[in-house]
Amino acid sequence: MPTTRATPETGRSAVRALLRLWPYVRPVRARLFSAAFIAIVASCTGLVIPLVLKWMVDGPVAGQDFGGIWLGALYLLLLGIAEAVLFGFRRWLVARPLSHVEASMRADLYRHLQRLPIAFHDRWASGQLLSRGTTDLMLVRMFLAFPLTFLLVNGVTILVGVIIMLLQDWTLGLVVLGPVIPVMWTCAVFERRYAEVARRAQDQVGDLTTLVEESVLGIRVIKGFGRHRSQARAFHTLTAGLRGTELRKARLLAAIWAVIVTLPELAIGAALVLGAVRVADGTLSAGTLVAFLSTALALRWPVDSIGFLLAMSQEAATATERYFEVLDEEPERESATTAQAARPSDATTATGLRFEDVRFRYPDAPPGSPPLLTGVDLHIRPGESLALVGATGSGKTTLTALVPRLHEVTSGRITLDGVDITAMPRAELRARVAVAFEEPTLFSASVGDNVLMGAPEGADRADLDRALAVAQAGFAHALPDGTDTRVGEQGLSLSGGQRQRLALARAVVGRPDFLVLDDPLSALDVHTEAAVEAALREVLADTTALIVAHRPSTVLLADRVALLSGGRVAAVGTHQELLRDHPEYARLMSGAQQSAESGAPSGTEPGAPSGPPPGAQEDDPR
Amino acid sequence: MTTTASTPTGTEPEEPVRPHGTTGDDDPFDRDVLPTPPGATAALLRSLLAPMKPRVALTVLLLLLQQAAVQTGPLLVAYAIDRAVPAFREDRHGPLVAVGVGYLLCALASGVLQFAFIQVSARVSQDVLLDLRGRIFRHAQALSVDFHERYTSGRLISRSTTDVESLRELLDEGLQELVTVLLSFVYISAMLLWLDLGLGAVAVASFVPLYLLVRLYQRRAGRAFRSRSTAIASVIVKFVETVNGIRPVRAFRRETANEGEFALLNRTHERTNGDTLLEMARYVVGSRLVANTAVAGIVLWGAYRVASGSLELGVLAAAVLYLRRLYDPIDRLGMFLNSYQSAAASLEKIAGLLAQEPSVPEPVTARELPPLEDELPGREVVFDGVRFAYRTGGEVLPRFDLTLPAGQTVAVVGTTGAGKSTLAKLLARFYDPTEGRVLLDGVDLRELSVPELRRGVVMVTQEAFLFSGTVADNIAIGRPDAGRQEIERAAKAIGAHEFISALPDGYDTDVRRRGGRISAGQRQLVAFARALLADPAVLILDEATSSLDIPGEQAVQQAMATVLRGRTAVVIAHRLSTVEIADRVLVMEHGRVIEDGHPRTLVTTSGRYADLHRAWRDSLV
Repeated sequence: MPTTRATPETGRSAVRALLRLWPYVRPVRARLFSAAFIAIVASCTGLVIPLVLKWMVDGPVAGQDFGGIWLGALYLLLLGIAEAVLFGFRRWLVARPLSHVEASMRADLYRHLQRLPIAFHDRWASGQLLSRGTTDLMLVRMFLAFPLTFLLVNGVTILVGVIIMLLQDWTLGLVVLGPVIPVMWTCAVFERRYAEVARRAQDQVGDLTTLVEESVLGIRVIKGFGRHRSQARAFHTLTAGLRGTELRKARLLAAIWAVIVTLPELAIGAALVLGAVRVADGTLSAGTLVAFLSTALALRWPVDSIGFLLAMSQEAATATERYFEVLDEEPERESATTAQAARPSDATTATGLRFEDVRFRYPDAPPGSPPLLTGVDLHIRPGESLALVGATGSGKTTLTALVPRLHEVTSGRITLDGVDITAMPRAELRARVAVAFEEPTLFSASVGDNVLMGAPEGADRADLDRALAVAQAGFAHALPDGTDTRVGEQGLSLSGGQRQRLALARAVVGRPDFLVLDDPLSALDVHTEAAVEAALREVLADTTALIVAHRPSTVLLADRVALLSGGRVAAVGTHQELLRDHPEYARLMSGAQQSAESGAPSGTEPGAPSGPPPGAQEDDPR
Repeated sequence: MTTTASTPTGTEPEEPVRPHGTTGDDDPFDRDVLPTPPGATAALLRSLLAPMKPRVALTVLLLLLQQAAVQTGPLLVAYAIDRAVPAFREDRHGPLVAVGVGYLLCALASGVLQFAFIQVSARVSQDVLLDLRGRIFRHAQALSVDFHERYTSGRLISRSTTDVESLRELLDEGLQELVTVLLSFVYISAMLLWLDLGLGAVAVASFVPLYLLVRLYQRRAGRAFRSRSTAIASVIVKFVETVNGIRPVRAFRRETANEGEFALLNRTHERTNGDTLLEMARYVVGSRLVANTAVAGIVLWGAYRVASGSLELGVLAAAVLYLRRLYDPIDRLGMFLNSYQSAAASLEKIAGLLAQEPSVPEPVTARELPPLEDELPGREVVFDGVRFAYRTGGEVLPRFDLTLPAGQTVAVVGTTGAGKSTLAKLLARFYDPTEGRVLLDGVDLRELSVPELRRGVVMVTQEAFLFSGTVADNIAIGRPDAGRQEIERAAKAIGAHEFISALPDGYDTDVRRRGGRISAGQRQLVAFARALLADPAVLILDEATSSLDIPGEQAVQQAMATVLRGRTAVVIAHRLSTVEIADRVLVMEHGRVIEDGHPRTLVTTSGRYADLHRAWRDSLV
């Protein structure tokens, strides 16, 4: 079940990836740069301390000048206070801005996700998206807080430290500088390998998130089949895989640490021996050696830290890439220019909803596969309601999704009162077309809010009550807090039939000109269905509607029926006409030849003559 | 074949809904603060680390040695200045050579030990995480359906992702920091005390204000981290809800409103996040001030004594070098406290989740179902004095007795909310009855192990959830050891074979990938195939055909006629066509069975069933 995407490795560079963060960092750049500058100053303050020590050792201490010693200690204290305050100031400067960067990146991701084509969401598991919105962004924030600043700060500190050492004694300085080249080479090699492993680990985390999410959402299936053990096994496989990757990361990290710890230490050791010899020879003062060594030791943390700073940067780079992978996806685009021209003239001529030679194949369908819709021509006159009937998988739902432009037609066009829907801003289109989906999704909000989200601004209580009445959703008034009761993921759980009725209420609450209903009554019992139908008939009287129907009762809501077959509309007519003239329609609506006796209770014996129809599937000419 | 609905209690709401969601502001589920028993967090951490004891000991030992190697450096410096230099002047090269060799060995040892340490500790931390992730996952899976209906998926996800992640940070970086810091404190204090008792004592005394500072930070940051953890969970919930409901979000132009709501949650997180960072900043200032003041003090006193001749210069140099090292890791102690706070907040939440008892627990000692007496797979179901009410009190099913003989196909009809699904969930043991027992061939469902229970009872619901993976994988959930042939046979039996074969990769089509779009009706067929493959003694179909078209439904019915033969089946359906194949119909209203009989008999009486049947005939036209 890996959903891991392969990324093109060519030309991949951590720096280039991280540079893309600039637009987010830009607004806080002043603070970030000041913070870095302050950190450099603070760090260099730390480097001055050994120099004061040297001055004390070679000066007042050697000369027994007690006043000088007091002065030196005072200098040390002041430097220490300055260092402490500066470091604190640095953190204070960036604390809020960095949280802000993280938050605005997350807000952008969320915004973008809401605007990406549905096809994108069909393709991407939400766990992968979520891990980009959470863990990856935390990595980015941590990068901005530490590695970014401290790679710079430590770089400068090392440079200044080295200069100080060279100035004090250039031979000793050169000895200490010896390991620079091997360390840099190791870091470069390490960076490349670590990047690959880090990316794999992050993708595995995404897969893990997906599995966790599915196991929660599909809990009834898992429980129903007692599969939680096999689910746990699948989970274990993934976590074990992640553990393996993390351990590889640790091996790489261990190697780099070993090199970074050992080489500079060796150099310091060499400098110590050499320095001691020269102090013995009298060519070097003891104070200089002490200062030199304490400078070298003070540089240890900056040098040591390079390993993990690089590792963090690498992870942040991967996280950034993963983030922009989503953000680079093209959102739905508006073609607003044509809209302005097209609308006013045609708006008066209400011509209903028209499909003209609409072809559709999913943009991500494998090449060579046949299109799902191969030329749909259909006209729903203003105020007319049309039922759409077709076999399971014939593309009915897809066709309905084209109207509010959840998917874009591959070719052909759909017009609303003569205006091509692609020439209309999506918001306007969707305001005019209301939809009830087959799977009714309620959001974590009150019942009232859930229903009224289908209405234009300013809809009131009366609208809500009317919509609830149409959908026979009076039960909402009997909920603990009435229509203010929270439902959805974080609220009261309602039955399928209840959710479906609320979704229907949502579709009709705004008295839309155009209504698209995808099998809106599937979860209702017969009585409720009849009541909803009766109420819907009134709504449909002056609404242009497209209704996907699986059953005659739903079909009868509509004025006419269209039969979708083989990717095109095979026939349009009244229910009776199609029933008479089209065997496929008759089969879909009444079930093969069995229709005549369908009402009679069949025998209890499966093999009884009155029992099952002759294999409907086998007879199917498809 | 009798039903006695007895002891009417209370009045039924018109449509019983599950009244255990958000009913008040004090609901712990609503505020994402499940009760964590005192000490549960610490106990959890202990139990996670217990199996790691030998390896934790090894990591500590490695660190001990590594620190020893690292901290020898300044000592060698002192020795070089005070002993080796004078010796060298006297042409004795031995001490200086010893210094050189010693330094070389220390450097190499610290490198090698570091290498070993990182690997061993990574193994420890990864094993702990593996264990913890597994525990959360298994526990969440073991918790009953009613728990999942209250706890949201977003929260469960945040428990097993961001919360685990913060423990990872603690283990990966934090613990190492802590041990390193503590060890270097001990080592360096010892060294300083050994070098010079007075200077050492001053250094040790500086630990007191540092300790107080740490305590203060811990208290303040703890609060901040707890709010942050709650805030990120809300962000996740909103995120997941939007992504999963993207179609209605689009169709109803919720984008702007959603952005507003998300921005609010996101800002709360931003604020709490900033709070934690600011706490850290305060801590850093405080600790640095203490440290740097101590350094200045020690240098003052040390220099005084060197000048007055009571201390050697080398000792002072070494002391200063050690002091730098002593206070350097204080920031890192802060980082540890950081990750500790964040992990503690997360662990507390995890412990709260793990402390939830499954309300439908697995039996401690499981019983087996008696062997089937004849060739037929069905078993007898008895509801014995069963009553069901939600914990908050809303009674759904008043006390009743009901027997379903082996092999019978029973249809349950009634209006939405009549209690049909609750009956089914009790039989599937998604819930346990508030009173009474549900017996399968005389064995209480509560006494059956999960595999045994699922050999007995399988339920197919209206929401046919598909997992990522292939179509074949999804069917195989019914019986994971089934071969391809059996899978195809099950699919053929319910008429799903045709559409599956037409998918780009047939049975191997990934349902979440390219071209894998499967309609609601098709999903129900896959769910059905799953159930067929499971081959249970009792099959429950809860509105399992609602999205099928009529031919699809007929194919399923036809298949059921053979599949259900001899099996006990409970069929809940709004469409009475499904009911036609039943041997017996139960009509439910307000949680009670009000009619019970053969469909042909019932249709002739003038009761509810006849009424429903007429309405349904009308709907067929």
